[in-house]
Amino acid sequence: MSQILLWLRHPCHKYYMAIKHNSVKRKVPLVTKTKRMKLARTQWQLYLFLLLPIIYLILFKYVPMAGIQIAFKNFNARDGIWGSPWVGLKQFQNFFASYTFERVIGNTLRLSLYSILVGFPIPILFALILNSISQRKFKKTVQTVTYMPHFISVVVLVGIVLQILNPRIGLYGTLYSLLNNGASPPDPMGSATAFPHIYIWSGIWQNFGWGSIIYIAALSGVDMQLHEAAQIDGASRFQRVIHIDFPSILPTATIMLIMRTGHIMSIGFEKIYLMQNNLNLAASEIISTYVYKVGLSAGGNMNFSYSTAIDLFNSVVNLILIILVNYLAGKMSETSLW
Amino acid sequence: MSSVQLQASIGKKRKQKGYRVRLSSGDKVYYTIVYTILILLLIVIVYPLIYIVSASFSSAKAVTSGKVIFFPVDFSLEGYKAVFEYKPVYTGYRNTFFYTIVGTFINVAMTMLAAYPLARKNLQGRGFFTFLFTFTMIFSGGMIPNYMLISDLKMINTVWAMLIPGAIGVSNVIITRTFIQTNIPTDLLEASQIDGCSDALYFFKIVLPLSKAVMSVITLYYAVGHWNAYFSAFLYLNKKELYPLQLFLREILVMNQFDTEMLIDPEEEVVKQGLADLLKYSLIIVSTVPILCVYPFVEKYFEKGVMIGSLKG
Repeated sequence: MSQILLWLRHPCHKYYMAIKHNSVKRKVPLVTKTKRMKLARTQWQLYLFLLLPIIYLILFKYVPMAGIQIAFKNFNARDGIWGSPWVGLKQFQNFFASYTFERVIGNTLRLSLYSILVGFPIPILFALILNSISQRKFKKTVQTVTYMPHFISVVVLVGIVLQILNPRIGLYGTLYSLLNNGASPPDPMGSATAFPHIYIWSGIWQNFGWGSIIYIAALSGVDMQLHEAAQIDGASRFQRVIHIDFPSILPTATIMLIMRTGHIMSIGFEKIYLMQNNLNLAASEIISTYVYKVGLSAGGNMNFSYSTAIDLFNSVVNLILIILVNYLAGKMSETSLW
Repeated sequence: MSSVQLQASIGKKRKQKGYRVRLSSGDKVYYTIVYTILILLLIVIVYPLIYIVSASFSSAKAVTSGKVIFFPVDFSLEGYKAVFEYKPVYTGYRNTFFYTIVGTFINVAMTMLAAYPLARKNLQGRGFFTFLFTFTMIFSGGMIPNYMLISDLKMINTVWAMLIPGAIGVSNVIITRTFIQTNIPTDLLEASQIDGCSDALYFFKIVLPLSKAVMSVITLYYAVGHWNAYFSAFLYLNKKELYPLQLFLREILVMNQFDTEMLIDPEEEVVKQGLADLLKYSLIIVSTVPILCVYPFVEKYFEKGVMIGSLKG
């Protein structure tokens, strides 16, 4: 007995058991610090692989992060990033006190919430509907056609929107004058009230099909036996959609919603900037476009520090939101992102 | 085909497979509604595109007087003629091709370099490196510090500004890493290591050939990204001869800046204006057709990418 115990305490036993149970990688024996160092030394080739990407990351992602310090300084080109005088939180205070603060935050949140409200459920409904038909060819056609607009570039998309809504030569103008005895309509792009609708619905037109892929995939994993059992019990197709399909994509939908809410303060610059004009600015000026205008396009008046401060404020809010939302998700459902 | 006929054909198929064939009246109503919705959706997606195509094949006069509603009116190729006579379109196309091909090559190479070590579970410091990558997804320096960096590196108004700053898309690295991790069994690594294979050789002999699927996915992602991008060109380039197509498109389609002098014959202002209107439609078609032509063939890769990307690594 004591011999067995002694033997069990012998260090090689662990190796033996591990090899016996086939659970050890040849290169990962008992992990101690020195062994790790040794292992790391044998992996020099892997580090060589990482060298270029890491240099890239540091130079193009982390160096700009160091540049954020100008948000707390009064940047001037002569002294550069590191030499300009510190001003503390002055830039932030200026932003919070300015009349644009409310406007850009309000517009950003309004567009974002609107887009979640309609842009989130539509792909789900679409996936549920599409999944419930059994004509494969028709299904495939619908998929191909609805995914297609996703590949149109933003510039062309905005171009299409502008052409179609053009009150003089566009489809909108043509149809309007047909219905109103030749009167030409007001320009929808010049109206701040119409702007959110145009922005959001053109986005849905472009992306609802693409957004549904993930749900369609989740639906294809639903166990057919559930459907068969429900059919035997006399469930209609609609009832099966509600009671089988919908619950089975709920976890995916939860994650997508969480991710979406984490990005509530970040609306991409590209599309909205193209759709902006002086007439709809009251509804279309958002944080990112304002940052650009203050920082890079104000003629001789560019204010790098102020612009960076606004951007930083936005990024920090985003960061907090993502971490918070993810933490909550982990608490509730064990389906967090990391 | 009406929905009733569709259901009939569904029924037929089921019968052949030996299923029970009865659609209850409730189901009939349901399918009718579903097919109606889907067909309406198809119309909503396709109609604007058809309108653009039809307008592009109509005459300038028909377009400016708003006669085009569904089919081309006064079929003509004036618009296309004008597009192909407009020199900036060529410059844009040439530059875009260059940025797309070279840029995508750099992207894919860098992504594979990064993804392979990160996919190796026993890489020492793996957690740290992964964090280094993923952190940049949730926090970044922002527009101004980036601009200052590019200008300090003297990249403004050079092709490098279009190729280097976006050399790695972190989400694509994660997709690739996940793919390698889940699709290439570690047994292969062990076996090859026993045979004395080095980490680098393993990458070239085993990982690369087995990652063709994910490489095609990320190649397409990056390529479409380059083709459609205008933001970095918009920030970092102001020399017209370096402009990608999208920036010229922005000038013409969105800002209405169109150099009518570049067109050869029309001398009357009205004709010029009409042609400028028509040209926009043709230009939309000319710039989008390459992508939409390739798209049906590669659709499945894109879908695959979404699927791999949604896995948690």
